[in-house]
Amino acid sequence: MSFLTTEGLPRAELESLLDLAEEFQRVLARPIPKVPALQGAAVALMFFEDSTRTRLSFERAARALSADVINFSGPGSALSKGESLRDTALALRAMGADLMTVRHRAAGAPRRIAEWTGLPVVNAGDGAHQHPTQALLDSFILRRRFGKLDGLQIVIVGDIRHSRVARSNMFAFTALGAQVTLAAPRTLQPVDCRGWPATVTDRLDDVLGDADAVYLLRIQTERGGRSLLPSLPEYAARFGLTRRRFEALPPHSVVLHPGPMNRGVEIEDSVAAEERALMTGQVEAGAAARMAVLFRLLGGRS
Amino acid sequence: MTGPPPAPAYLIAGGTVLTPDGPVAADVTVRDGLVAEVGPRPSRPAEGAPPPEEVDATGMVVGPGLVDLHAHLREPGEEWKEDIASASAAAAAGGYTALVAMPNTDPPIDAGHLARYVADRGRAVGLTEIVPAGCVTAGGAGKRLARLDELWEAGVRLFTDDGRTVADAGLLRRAMEYLCDRGGVLAQHAEDPGLAADGHMHEGEVSSLLGMYGLPVAAETATVARDLILAEMTGARYHVQHVSAAAAVQLIREAKGRGLPVTAEVAPHHLAFTDQDVKGMDPVFKMYPPLRSAGDRAALRAAVADGTIDAVATDHAPHAPHEKDVPFEEAPRGAAGLETALAAARTALDPDPVALFLRMSVTPAAIAGLPGQGRWIRPGAPANLVAVAWDESWTPAPPYHSRSVNNPFTGRPLTGRVRFTFYRGRLVFRDGRVLTGSPAPAGEGR
Repeated sequence: MSFLTTEGLPRAELESLLDLAEEFQRVLARPIPKVPALQGAAVALMFFEDSTRTRLSFERAARALSADVINFSGPGSALSKGESLRDTALALRAMGADLMTVRHRAAGAPRRIAEWTGLPVVNAGDGAHQHPTQALLDSFILRRRFGKLDGLQIVIVGDIRHSRVARSNMFAFTALGAQVTLAAPRTLQPVDCRGWPATVTDRLDDVLGDADAVYLLRIQTERGGRSLLPSLPEYAARFGLTRRRFEALPPHSVVLHPGPMNRGVEIEDSVAAEERALMTGQVEAGAAARMAVLFRLLGGRS
Repeated sequence: MTGPPPAPAYLIAGGTVLTPDGPVAADVTVRDGLVAEVGPRPSRPAEGAPPPEEVDATGMVVGPGLVDLHAHLREPGEEWKEDIASASAAAAAGGYTALVAMPNTDPPIDAGHLARYVADRGRAVGLTEIVPAGCVTAGGAGKRLARLDELWEAGVRLFTDDGRTVADAGLLRRAMEYLCDRGGVLAQHAEDPGLAADGHMHEGEVSSLLGMYGLPVAAETATVARDLILAEMTGARYHVQHVSAAAAVQLIREAKGRGLPVTAEVAPHHLAFTDQDVKGMDPVFKMYPPLRSAGDRAALRAAVADGTIDAVATDHAPHAPHEKDVPFEEAPRGAAGLETALAAARTALDPDPVALFLRMSVTPAAIAGLPGQGRWIRPGAPANLVAVAWDESWTPAPPYHSRSVNNPFTGRPLTGRVRFTFYRGRLVFRDGRVLTGSPAPAGEGR
């Protein structure tokens, strides 16, 4: 079994993972934040695309479960010497990996690795497709804050087109009972969202008034996001969470961002410092959510 | 160089033969490279001749050998994917007695000596007729015209920068004008580079969900619409390669309605699959143009039936296994298809035999200007023939005769199976095995 996408993930499965994450959050709060649950297991962290917080978060999660960690990062590796992804994955399996955590710029790469190796694979972000552990940790934060996601109005703002976070979160949030609105200029919207469990708008100010949570995304200049906009200042003016927009939000609402943030573009500097901006909590929750996934995939092994 | 040994005579017995007068239950005698007789079984062989080798075609359709307007043979330059020998073997196994070889090789076929090389290699293999297509522009780079006269003298009749689009309208106009008086066919891979940029699959619901850039339908239609204006302006023979979208079909239908000398082809995979098949992100389904929507597929099927699309052409595009065994977005484009095309088209279209051979042999031979190919079976015609077990179900699987295995029909049950292929009067494929070819001296032919 692998953890590759939130699309089609049943509510019961999500809730069970969130319950597990709660338990691990308590473990992480202990003086010795470690349990022997995955002692003897080896988790390979295969990051073919730059990442800091996700990789560190997975590493912390694996170590807190007493698993061994095999670190692999793309640049400087055999991959840059022309080795194929398949051979790299098979080599890491031969080194004893029991589970692979994969980030790759190409959609579907983690799924391919699961097919090649037969190992459980956790998708740590594939192209603009999916980033399901991010959705889990964000659901975790929102559930902690609001008790449940049922009936929440969540507005995801920004570069939806290139965002694996938007895709993952939309499916997870709606499976848990929330209503999701995606707000972006037309060029940053996916081309065809008929059938998505979300409404799509290019008029942010029309939907902020009812928002319980505003989820901001970075413009992914490395995936061409910037060329889809006339300029970043114009984007900031139309879609950035400015102080004025923040003040207009319902007082109980919260602000999230998967990071890294571009202050002054999608979020005004002072808004990021607000108590209702939960970015630090998101980082904290990452390890517990990932512990839940690793434990779910490896905990039952003999 | 000694000539090949004379081909034995054959008696193809018990089949339904596609003659100029339609399907007829008859035996076909093949002798000296030609169809000698069509009719009831001859009571005895001709005086002094050895008895013909009998080929049991009971229950089969015997038709003219298939003609592919669109195959990538990868030679010269990319022989690890395929070469003219392996492609010829795949052709024989697929029932093809002629392939139009796309010129986007390394080096590209943009001058006379290169076209001659391809044709000569095909003759040396001797399993099928290899007909070189030539580049429209030098190097296929879209900057200036290729050596069109040299290519013409070397026998090229179909010109294309396939794999890329002749995007510069001014240059395309000049190519059309130049080829016009000779009747050369300007064939276009219709894909506007700006609209298609970064695309990996059909732009639509599935690409949006997978987070992949798509190739919009407009990448095809914008190019076809523009090209039709230029074809009308210049009077050129224009051929749309591998049509993938309903809206492009409509443009072609309207152009034909206005009397323009326009033709079009479709690939079997576009008749069989849709972008839903890409959801699993298996690179075997990555090809350009991409698999489009179910509505597009339905329009393509209808267009083959009503003749708006003239030909089914494989766009056989082999890649080595290791090249395709990567994530979808990193995979090269293209699908192998020579060995499954007839069955795939038969399965997707459920046509009568005459209709299928019209689209896969007779009409493509006319478009490519091949007098010895695509002829309904009658005495005196060149014996380029195929016998098809019309209703046989089978499931394609490696090993293939092609060097590559990137065939999306692998593992899919199909109906209709090529059993025997005759090229120039010689049996070159029999019950799953490719037999020795009939090499001809270099330079023979037209």
